[in-house]
Amino acid sequence: MVEFRYRDDEVTEQPSVTLDAFLDQSNASAVRLEPDDDARKLIPFLDRLTLIEVAFPKFRDGRGYSSARILREAGYTGELRAQGDVLVDQIAFMRRCGFDSFAPEGSLNPEAVERALSTYDQYYQKAADAAVPVWKLRHG
Amino acid sequence: MYKYDNYDQAIVDARVAEFRDQVNRRMAGEITEDQFKPLRLMNGLYLQLHAYMLRVAIPYGTLDSRQMRMLAHIARKYDRDYGHFTTRQNIQYNWIKLEECADLLEELASVEMHAIQTSGNCIRNISSDQYAGAAADEVTDPRPWAELLRQWSTFHPEFSYLPRKFKIAVIASPEDRAAMRLHDIGLELVRKDGELGARVFVGGGMGRTPMIAPEINPFVKADDLLSYIEACLRVYNRYGRRDNIYKARIKILVHEIGADEYRRQVAEEFAHVKTLGIDPPLAELERISAFFAAPAFDAADVEPDRSDPDFAVWLDQNVKPHKQAGYAIVNISLKPIGGIPGDASSAQIDVMADLAEKYSFDELRVTHAQNIVLPHVAKRDLYAVWQALRDADLANANLDLISDIIACPGLDYCSLANARSIPIAQKIATRFADAERQRDVGELKLKISGCINACGHHHAGHIGILGVDKKGVENYQLTLGGSGAEDVSIGKITGPGFDEDGIVDAVEKAVEKYRELREGDERFVDTYRRVGMDPFKEAIYG
Repeated sequence: MVEFRYRDDEVTEQPSVTLDAFLDQSNASAVRLEPDDDARKLIPFLDRLTLIEVAFPKFRDGRGYSSARILREAGYTGELRAQGDVLVDQIAFMRRCGFDSFAPEGSLNPEAVERALSTYDQYYQKAADAAVPVWKLRHG
Repeated sequence: MYKYDNYDQAIVDARVAEFRDQVNRRMAGEITEDQFKPLRLMNGLYLQLHAYMLRVAIPYGTLDSRQMRMLAHIARKYDRDYGHFTTRQNIQYNWIKLEECADLLEELASVEMHAIQTSGNCIRNISSDQYAGAAADEVTDPRPWAELLRQWSTFHPEFSYLPRKFKIAVIASPEDRAAMRLHDIGLELVRKDGELGARVFVGGGMGRTPMIAPEINPFVKADDLLSYIEACLRVYNRYGRRDNIYKARIKILVHEIGADEYRRQVAEEFAHVKTLGIDPPLAELERISAFFAAPAFDAADVEPDRSDPDFAVWLDQNVKPHKQAGYAIVNISLKPIGGIPGDASSAQIDVMADLAEKYSFDELRVTHAQNIVLPHVAKRDLYAVWQALRDADLANANLDLISDIIACPGLDYCSLANARSIPIAQKIATRFADAERQRDVGELKLKISGCINACGHHHAGHIGILGVDKKGVENYQLTLGGSGAEDVSIGKITGPGFDEDGIVDAVEKAVEKYRELREGDERFVDTYRRVGMDPFKEAIYG
């Protein structure tokens, strides 16, 4: 279930299909990536996707962070959802990698999520969000 | 030395607040130990055999007297009055209380220090050459590049849940004092057509599968560096093995797909990443470099008076040439005979801080061999420095000799260990306590690990010792011929292992064999390389 969403558009009702099913000539507009799926295979189809769900079966498996960035770097603007074993303390990193909705398996405390997202005002590196890295603030 | 600006300080302060919140949630039972574990690990907090252990980052091993005094203060206030300097140029405290940890980090933050990413499956503290800024053979000071990487890697959103931990070393000399090619990424700064850049080595490491990192790129320009390293990490994050913790380091990926294929994948990723604008302008490297400008050297080039024989011995063994005439590099050995390698009391840490402030332009370094360096001491002050060190039991004249042992904490502290390391180090040092005999043996790097994870760098020891558990009994394997320097190599195992006393005897036999076989000014490892394993094997087991 989507617990946290940072977008204004309508939630896609269509269920997401696997990457293989999608590549097999599906007309689906929602797709689900497992950790070992290659996100780059979606690049030719980003225009017609409204939801990409990235699975996190275990919170320690960080492949989904790279998948998210690759999709955003390729210009994807639809919903990018982290689903699965997602912890409060990972959400800030995930937001920076381009995720804008979260469907954690265990329910998260909204106050704790809000606190985690507002802890840092400054970031050292450029990522997939709009944050201006510290080096740019230093040098304009 | 680098100084924080408001941005750096804000980030470290925010971390303290975040960790305080995480600890509170854990203590209130809102998160489980399993969920808390990766959070505390990213703050360098381990649950060990007896208590929590906190590892504090000392970026590229450089610190000033104010920071050094803070380390002493923490040892006094939060620990049992000592700290342990590590092979990754950090310091560890072994007896920390969870409920005091946030206060401790807040005190550290007040002197621009932290414990960020000193553990966990993320990019760890960047290590470097302890003689940076002082070595005659360096092409540039490597620390500004290390600081650039420190900032880039701090809370990197994509690379905080890597398959396994990730260690980067930066050097800028042909002589490798940082075991650069035994890191996940090793950078050697070089000059090409007048321009500075980095030779990039990827996939080195120790642990149960030791590997020497192959060169992946002969020259990456300064303003491409972060893009290139980001590409190296992204390939690893996506394709590094996650099915087996023992095969999860990048060395396994590079080994399995081959250096050529890894290089190709990185080149492809780099071509893409370079378009994203993640590289800071060169002005940022220049800004950082300004903090590392050479101090105002002005001492006359006078040779110290050698009439005190104990001082002369220390001078010859522990003091190294400086690039600036009139100055020298002082190595403070934390390896007294029978002591615990790398340990220092709060009083000793304070003494070293005072000496740095008075005699070394306020700078200290921690070395991967678990010693301390005063990098810029005027030669005219060497005798005074030695006297102060002697009075604090810090004038051990054994740098790079057999009693200058690297040892992990082992089974006395560590929950991963199979065997004790410290008592073995103490027994070997005691066996070779005769200073003249040690000096006659000459450079001999002996390194001890209490388990296969190899935190004591045994693979890179001229003589290496690995503690294993053999049916419930501690057993020690002996390796010969390793090196972590520019002549990097992995030691080879001699044969069956030994018990605690047997390993000390075996080391002695190997050393005596070397004394018998050596030619000219050969070091132990040179003789081993010339004659091979057999004569040593015969001496040890025959």
